[in-house]
Amino acid sequence: MEASEIAKLAQLARINIEADMVDEVTESIGSILNLVDQLQAVDTSGVEPMSHPMDAVQRLRADVVSEENQRDNLQATAPATDKGLFLVPKVID
Amino acid sequence: MSSNITKQRSLHELSITELNAGLRNKDFSSVELTQHFIERIERLDTRFNSFISICSEQALTAASRADAQLASGNAGVLCGIPIAHKDLFCTNGIRTSCGSKMLDNFVPPYDATIVENCANAGAVVLGKTNMDEFAMGSSNENSFYGPAINPWGENCVPGGSSGGSAAAVAAQLVTAATASDTGGSIRQPASFCGVTGLKPTYGRVSRWGMVAYASSLDQAGPIAKSAEDAAIMLNVLASFDKKDSTSIDKTKPDYAATLDQPLNGLRIGISKEYFSDGIDPEVAKLTQDAISFYETLGASIKEVSLPHTQLAVPAYYVIAPAECSANLSRFDGVRYGYRCENPTDLEDLYKRSRAEGFGEEVKRRILVGAYALSAGYYDAYYRKAQQVRRLIKQDFDTVFKEVDLIASPTAPTPAFGLGEKTKDPVSMYLEDIYTLPVNLAGLPAISIPCGLTGQNKPVGLQLIGNYFSEAQLLNSAHKFQQATDFHQQTAPDLD
Amino acid sequence: MEWETVIGLEVHVQLATATKIFSGASTAFGAEPNTQACAIDLAMPGTLPVANEQAFRYAIMFGLAIDAEIGKRSYFERKNYFYPDLPKGYQTTQLDQPIVGAGHVDIELDDGSTKRIRIHHAHLEEDAGKSLHEDFQGMSGIDLNRAGTPLIEIVSEPDMTNSAEAVAFAKKLHSIVTSLGICDGEMSQGSMRFDVNISVRPKGQKELGTRTETKNLNSFKFMEEAIALEVERQIDVIEDGGEIIQQTRLYDADTKSARAMRSKEDANDYRYFPCPDLLPVIFDDDYIAQINDNLPELPEARCARFISKYALSDYDAKQLAENAAIANYFEACTEQCDDAKLSANWVMGELAASLNAHELSIQNCPVSASQLAGVISRIKDKTISNKIAKQVFDALWNKEGDDADSIIESKGLKQVSDTGALGAMIDDVIAANQKQVENYRNADADKRPKMLGFFVGQIMKASKGQANPQLVNQLLQEKLNG
Repeated sequence: MEASEIAKLAQLARINIEADMVDEVTESIGSILNLVDQLQAVDTSGVEPMSHPMDAVQRLRADVVSEENQRDNLQATAPATDKGLFLVPKVID
Repeated sequence: MSSNITKQRSLHELSITELNAGLRNKDFSSVELTQHFIERIERLDTRFNSFISICSEQALTAASRADAQLASGNAGVLCGIPIAHKDLFCTNGIRTSCGSKMLDNFVPPYDATIVENCANAGAVVLGKTNMDEFAMGSSNENSFYGPAINPWGENCVPGGSSGGSAAAVAAQLVTAATASDTGGSIRQPASFCGVTGLKPTYGRVSRWGMVAYASSLDQAGPIAKSAEDAAIMLNVLASFDKKDSTSIDKTKPDYAATLDQPLNGLRIGISKEYFSDGIDPEVAKLTQDAISFYETLGASIKEVSLPHTQLAVPAYYVIAPAECSANLSRFDGVRYGYRCENPTDLEDLYKRSRAEGFGEEVKRRILVGAYALSAGYYDAYYRKAQQVRRLIKQDFDTVFKEVDLIASPTAPTPAFGLGEKTKDPVSMYLEDIYTLPVNLAGLPAISIPCGLTGQNKPVGLQLIGNYFSEAQLLNSAHKFQQATDFHQQTAPDLD
Repeated sequence: MEWETVIGLEVHVQLATATKIFSGASTAFGAEPNTQACAIDLAMPGTLPVANEQAFRYAIMFGLAIDAEIGKRSYFERKNYFYPDLPKGYQTTQLDQPIVGAGHVDIELDDGSTKRIRIHHAHLEEDAGKSLHEDFQGMSGIDLNRAGTPLIEIVSEPDMTNSAEAVAFAKKLHSIVTSLGICDGEMSQGSMRFDVNISVRPKGQKELGTRTETKNLNSFKFMEEAIALEVERQIDVIEDGGEIIQQTRLYDADTKSARAMRSKEDANDYRYFPCPDLLPVIFDDDYIAQINDNLPELPEARCARFISKYALSDYDAKQLAENAAIANYFEACTEQCDDAKLSANWVMGELAASLNAHELSIQNCPVSASQLAGVISRIKDKTISNKIAKQVFDALWNKEGDDADSIIESKGLKQVSDTGALGAMIDDVIAANQKQVENYRNADADKRPKMLGFFVGQIMKASKGQANPQLVNQLLQEKLNG
């Protein structure tokens, strides 16, 4: 694991890593990857990946409106709102 | 096999069944009971830090409502009983922090399904318990609110992530508590704190309103004083929930009804992989003694093999971080939760809100997860881990053709010291070696106290059952507890 | 050098469900900001998705309509990226096993020939919210009402070679999804949005050139303009010795210019993986067969039926059948007035012109099919003339009355067919135009019909258009030839 890779991951995950922390983070991520690298030794050919503990099937919902306007409740702890909109620094497409 | 403890029994020492009888007998009211616990929490929790939020006012309101229901004879099974919720279950109008600065100010306008179930059963919620941030940790040291402390030792961790729930029950600050288990987060703290903790089958208890860590592994369950109390709690917690697509629509048995069934003919498997290198010898000894004791209860013991057990840790530390890296993307400082001061632009808002709002372990797992899913690594890590997950499940499927339960230590060590493992995340991860395979497979398992080490630290016995065998697990645990009193041993100096 | 253009489309179609794909919040257009964004749509902590069956039904209907293999087992994946209009930080979409597999549609080219456009697949996914860039204290406002609206994304093969083909393909898809009733087709509300992948290569070259993607075009016209602009740009760049950079572009219809999107500058690593909150969705053959048996009529079948049942011309039938709402309107009107030819003329004539002039879609037409049928019925029974009918139609458009009859009545527009009244009018005209009468009577028989027109005109003028023209003709000839 290189510091440059950590920078890429941090960008993907949108987590700022202070310059003086990069080495420490790189090292701890590296040690975790060493741990999980044990997986590489396992022969898994022909094994179906398992995403869910149960072989269950998705239940589907009837197309009926069940939610009412809860805007005031849902925005009660929002960091910044105006006229019902959530505010963020200017979005540039 | 028994240590005699005779003691004057006060309200905080009583089980749910005993409290129920007392409430219905009018020996005490729910308001009195609630006041008793609030007083204890206020007096003692400065030592244990097991609560993040204490809800005295709401609790007393709920208690007087419960008293009215008890008087009218229209009372649910938890009516008037004081409980606490782990602080990752959303509680309408009560701060739900997940142990994180990110949600320090978050007050959900809705209840988790299990919170609603408990309220419908008449439970009185005393507060929200401490936990590792977003349920990531095995010591409760990753909490924004500081670690909860193990009542069995001021310098000991209570385990994690549900350290607050286990410590609160062990310290008798509450009769029972809800908790969640993604890789051992109910069972390991139950083991460390000398209480009973049950992780149900994946899908048995609704995940709606439980803040997600790793969605395909997370499962809620109870921490209580005994298997009997855990059964009563599970009767309330378990429900089919249309709001959770992974909730299983399967008839729920009455878990309390079959507690006393004899264990004659019960086949228990023991696997050498669960007594691996690095296990504390005292833990191994106490666990083996407990397993042997089952023979006196009519069970037979058989050696079995779960050859992929060692791979559970690496598989888990790919799958759980991968899921969490996506699950925690919603904490972006836009709609709720922490937002950094004066963001210069949108990128700055994201990156600093998340860097400042999340603790180190959470960030570590998010980064590991992003790595495991990123272009070029998906097959080698994520897909591989999912395949190994199936191998682990198949191990269990094979073994459960021969035995009814698998018995093992819950954790390789008793409670360790504060700060002992925080420097090395990998050593912390290895704490969960016996609990992780159960989550990967989606199986139910229970941890029950099976004795104290020479240093007076509790040790937990883990019983793993086949899918939906909670009733059998609780029955097996209860019969053990009927014949022993490990579960009645309490930490010294709880007043 | 001669250049060849290669175009592929990704079309986002909003499904006409009542609720979101993973929540029970309404999808109705135009609500106050964030009033239709429930806890699930806002990705509040602890919330979970449950999939909407109707979204799957609609997707399957589309799959059946384009002759595609239906994914009997499909599942959702998470596509991870950060954007303020994407509350969860991932879009729930389908990658590996989409609900609709490979299919095709046929488009008609200008020369009358048809061309088959292959569809790679179509998958279900959730729409994002909207960022409003007007100034809110120097910030952007986020409205998440649209977040979670079900979409099918239809991905074509790069089978189109010019903007006309791309537009024909887009129009064909519009016609299919509206005929199926799975999308309201309201382009101005973003119900259908097009991403166009464009590359150019020297004619005859096998390998494809580097492509760009122009995103979020929401009208056929803009799509045509954007394609022309991008093709020209690419050829210019290459002819100037430059290279095409793979990028995502935005077309600005106001300035008729395009630019690379800044938010897409760094190549994204979306880290797709199966969504653990949702399980695989399985459909059996019976379920799909049942949907197939109830599939609404598709434009081609409807066109054929219009020709055989209503004896419409090929052209009229095609025009009417192309747009399901218009076809429905036409059929409802015809059913009531029992005159397909007149209905077709009115729907494609007066009605289409009025809608165009007011920039309205048929869904928002102020004159209902049954009101128009009322007008046509009065033409048929000669209560009003065609000319008066237009007045009645305008009055209905302006909501001056509830139906044709009440307007005819209140405005006194009834055609005069009273021989006595008309006779008197004719006598007056004859008396006032003696010279013309003399000319007429002296003219040869074969010239007379032409000259009659003058008198008819005078009488129509005197009657304010309400005289029954056939009766006027008959009475005039009797009196003049007298």
